[in-house]
Amino acid sequence: MALSAGSESTIGGPSGAPPNDQAVAQALGRILQGGVLLAAVVVSAGGLRYLVKYGMTRQQYGTFIGEPADLSHVGGIVRAAVELRGRGLIQLGLLLLIATPVARVAASLVAFLRQRDRIYTAVTGFVLLVLVASLSGLVP
Amino acid sequence: MGFRQESRLQQPAIRPGLALYSGMTTLALSGLLALGSLTAGLLGALTGLGGGVVIVPLLTLGFGVDFRYAVGASLVSVIATSSGSAAAYVREGYTNVRIGMLLEVATTIGAVLGAHLAGMLPTAALSVVFGAVLLYSAYSASQSAAEHVVGTPDPLATRLRLDGSYPTPQGERSYHVQRVPLGFGLMLGAGALSGLLGIGSGAVKVLAMDQAMCLPFKVSTTTSNFMIGVTAAASAGIYLARGYIDPGIAMPVMLGVLAGAALGARILTQARPRVLRILFAVVIAVLGVEMVYNGAIGRI
Repeated sequence: MALSAGSESTIGGPSGAPPNDQAVAQALGRILQGGVLLAAVVVSAGGLRYLVKYGMTRQQYGTFIGEPADLSHVGGIVRAAVELRGRGLIQLGLLLLIATPVARVAASLVAFLRQRDRIYTAVTGFVLLVLVASLSGLVP
Repeated sequence: MGFRQESRLQQPAIRPGLALYSGMTTLALSGLLALGSLTAGLLGALTGLGGGVVIVPLLTLGFGVDFRYAVGASLVSVIATSSGSAAAYVREGYTNVRIGMLLEVATTIGAVLGAHLAGMLPTAALSVVFGAVLLYSAYSASQSAAEHVVGTPDPLATRLRLDGSYPTPQGERSYHVQRVPLGFGLMLGAGALSGLLGIGSGAVKVLAMDQAMCLPFKVSTTTSNFMIGVTAAASAGIYLARGYIDPGIAMPVMLGVLAGAALGARILTQARPRVLRILFAVVIAVLGVEMVYNGAIGRI
């Protein structure tokens, strides 16, 4: 969630004055771009390692096996990524990709709070709650 | 678990009728998937539909990949299209952030409702009906005027501060949002359908904003793109935990889609709304045929 924390300073404006809608749009755009770029770099690094190791093998995707726990939950993915395993890095990049819209909604919430816009603070808070609730399954 | 994973990697794929895929190395498969995904990202960024329309049939019919892996990859492609293109659209001033946030409430409530109704409704029949609706919508969207011209403000839209403006070659043009309750209701339906049928609800989102709320077409598609990432992120968390998202498939899909979405975001600025509208109609017609087919063979 470093992304949303970083965005707060830009969204607030220099003196903490409420940001106008255009400034908010710029900040949201930067968060989306940053999140996507970071995710793409991590996935590319993992993809490179993965292809070097398995590029010449043949995969079986015709029957569903499912991913093991270390590639389907946050703890396992982070461990696999720290060990610089290709598939672990790819999954970490995908987690960053999933986190990007969440960071965007969180930043919108901060912006609407600063604008003292009650309706949209409630609206955005609701969306963020639902998002967090559905993502909580990733952390067993 | 680790053992099962390894055994899949070593096993030569032997599935009759899938010669193209089974003889292929991981490297070749990744390359082809990245290329196909580039097309998906490009179309998704231009039409506001996400990439699922292309990714699911590409993986299941083209490469014989199990439907569940395909759904996982499709969600990844939707988030990548959404975030990748919205980064540009939001900054350039096409996306209406307030409409996006407001309608996200409707789609999320709808999605939860749909997931609960999933066991009680005949999804195959629903899929056929929805496919037919999409085919009709493709026709009506292609018949609409290139841009709506609505001059009178709507009291509810004004109260919710939904009106906005967007860039055109002739400069910034403002618009007034119409029929907010109808749009909101349609979004509830869109969310319920995506929860029920496991499809991206981008098509209904664009149609609701375009046909019911009378937004300019580029605002409708870019705002839909902005929204679909949030809905897909919620589902992606659930599918990742269930093991549906395979790194070997998701990697080329994500990178290809991001490249395509970046390209699409550049093209949209220059494209004429009429052309985008026809492209959108063609893609939802294909989606409609897909839904009818899936329903008829009972895969959904």
